[in-house]
Amino acid sequence: MSLAHYACGSREHGLSRRQFLQRSGSTAVAGSAIAGGLGSLTTGLAAEQLKTQDMRIVVFNMHGGLSQLESWDPKPGTKTGGPCRSIPTSVPGTHVSDLLPYTAKQMHHLCVLRGVNTSEDDHGKGAYMMLTGRRQTAAAEYPQIGAVAARMLNDESRGLPGHIVVTPGGGGGKGNESAYLGPKYSSISLGGSKPPPNTTKPDGMNDEAELRRHDFRRRLNEEFLTRRRTAITDAYTHSYEQALRLMERRDVFDVSKEPQADQDRYGKHDLGRQCLMARRLLENGVSFVQVTHSNYDTHNENFNFHIEQLGEFDRAFATFISDLFDRGMLEKTLVVVLSEFGRTPNINLYYGRDHWSKAWSIVMAGGKVARGAIFGKTNDEGTEVVDGQVDHGALFHTYLQAVGVDSTQSIAVDGRELPIADPAAAPVWKVLT
Amino acid sequence: MNLPIDFTKTHVVHQWKHDRPLIACRISPDGQQAVSTSEDSSLQLWRIPGGEKTILKGHESWVHALCYSPDSQQLVSGGCEGSLMWWAVRTDAPSLLRKSDAHSGWIRGVAISPDGSTLASVGNDMLVKLWSMANGEKIAEWGGHERHIYSVEFHPSGNQLITGDLLGKIHVWNIADRKLERTIEATPLYTENKGQQAEYGGVRSLAYHAERKELIAGGTHKATNPFGAVHEPLMLRFGWDDGALRKSHACEGIPGGLVWRVQWLKDGTAVGVSGGSTGGLLLFFNDSQEKEIHRFNLPSLARDMDIHLESNMVATAHFDSHLRISIMNA
Repeated sequence: MSLAHYACGSREHGLSRRQFLQRSGSTAVAGSAIAGGLGSLTTGLAAEQLKTQDMRIVVFNMHGGLSQLESWDPKPGTKTGGPCRSIPTSVPGTHVSDLLPYTAKQMHHLCVLRGVNTSEDDHGKGAYMMLTGRRQTAAAEYPQIGAVAARMLNDESRGLPGHIVVTPGGGGGKGNESAYLGPKYSSISLGGSKPPPNTTKPDGMNDEAELRRHDFRRRLNEEFLTRRRTAITDAYTHSYEQALRLMERRDVFDVSKEPQADQDRYGKHDLGRQCLMARRLLENGVSFVQVTHSNYDTHNENFNFHIEQLGEFDRAFATFISDLFDRGMLEKTLVVVLSEFGRTPNINLYYGRDHWSKAWSIVMAGGKVARGAIFGKTNDEGTEVVDGQVDHGALFHTYLQAVGVDSTQSIAVDGRELPIADPAAAPVWKVLT
Repeated sequence: MNLPIDFTKTHVVHQWKHDRPLIACRISPDGQQAVSTSEDSSLQLWRIPGGEKTILKGHESWVHALCYSPDSQQLVSGGCEGSLMWWAVRTDAPSLLRKSDAHSGWIRGVAISPDGSTLASVGNDMLVKLWSMANGEKIAEWGGHERHIYSVEFHPSGNQLITGDLLGKIHVWNIADRKLERTIEATPLYTENKGQQAEYGGVRSLAYHAERKELIAGGTHKATNPFGAVHEPLMLRFGWDDGALRKSHACEGIPGGLVWRVQWLKDGTAVGVSGGSTGGLLLFFNDSQEKEIHRFNLPSLARDMDIHLESNMVATAHFDSHLRISIMNA
């Protein structure tokens, strides 16, 4: 199933993301497009130590552009406030929209950044900026946060991929999301509560035959690689071996193995299952999970649709945060709730809100992020940031710093030193402890 | 004496401006007053025909649900904060009579029984509630819908209540025992857009014609892009006795439209007000054909309407902050 379509018909929305395993044979797994340069990745001692610290990142990608006014920065009773009200939270003096009653009770774990200004109202470009920390240019491709996390945080000895995207139908992983880091760090896409497709042996294939088959493949590969080794052949080899490891750990992806009570608490809808999958993956050591929730591109009847969508999100997200805390995982897990942009303070004639990147909000929790904090402020009608303005570059740095990655350093790729994050930006130190 | 209705001659006779975009409107049964609601969460009383305005404040959120008592003395409003408010509106100083924290979440519709004794309210909590008009006490509440309830009407007998929801289900309830008697399927009014992963549409309005024994439901269909306001107005005409669909009143050339409210003229002409990217329209349908027999282009996008049959008046609430009064004859 492809990701959600949007209202505005941009190229971003017309493309379905490539499926995990799509390019592979019946049992072989090729998880990534081959694009961009790939070198022999060098890893320093500090980076290796980082991988032993079990730091993780979860991104809730609110596709289409979550309205900050119906979520993290309500303006009730103003010209732009709409019909939703604000409610108190577990942090005295801090209010959020009344569409988030469960999340409000977890506010002491969260940090809301209300001064985001990315100045980009296009879906594709905005998403690129929020996931890579850079503005999209024709001259260069940059890796998404998931690929960087997989590169910097994932302990490959666990046999699990480091970059997983969970969507309702399993679509995702569009484009060159790992850029110069190489396809090894591109995402594997999961559909809600299901294990990756094609990760069981074909009917009629016993273990012995399967083993012989892969031994034969490996021999051929080795012979070929002695003469013709390239980045692409390395990537294919990695994909096959990763597939085999996935087949051995297929149960990790089976949400039905979670207690029924937990399945009920998260909600019997796609997002509930996606969140439970995310928890399960984190517990098994996956370093990066992106949960995609569609759709918030509400040019029409914004309030009805936000009631519908946030009605799913609120309880599932609050349960997720509460569980991470209760299980002692929040200290080592950064949680980010982001979109490609926010929505206009102005309410249009269809009760809708349009794209608005000048003054909107994201939320972080866990890792080294300050708890129960509000950073940044918009004016009374939410049209401009008046304090604590941040952009995509600063946020990208901040995500990495929150999990112990020195975002001001470089990654060695193919003999080149490449900045992990935009050198022109800096972390938002005030939200980090 | 009023001229007989000739809706082909409909024209605007008054337009009164508020400060903010309007949401809903009603005309009092005696035709001497209209009320509108707006995005500032206030109610505006308008004297007809002079247009003198009185502001009523009390709701903490927008108001979509309105109805007058049969004697025009009281007005009941239901807000998105979940409150019902009873107003005395025919005094020199209109005032709040009582307030009830009635629903969890938005109140979508209110209706008063034909004898004026009982108020029904529905909302996003998927509950139907009955209230005493005399003292505001809750008489009963029950569930049974699986999605937000958008509309409610009393049957003229006063024995049945008709409610419509997002899924396009119209439930007919026996008021005496609160039992579901039957369900009329208006599923063409519901869209599950899997591409946008959204549910959209629903029975936005209901109206019953006593003599014809017909029920009409208004909303939208062909919602190819609900997030982008690409959907067309649709009204479904059902026979009451058998619940059978008699006509699907659709319109050509309205790619962005939704029927916010449906009402009947005495002769069985169904009238819908459509708002959306195509603009504001009054659409007229009879039982001889599915396509409309007349459409009246309103000056601005409309979000609600109310017809006062005795005076041929139509009030319309507009995004451009105007309440407009039109007359359906020359």
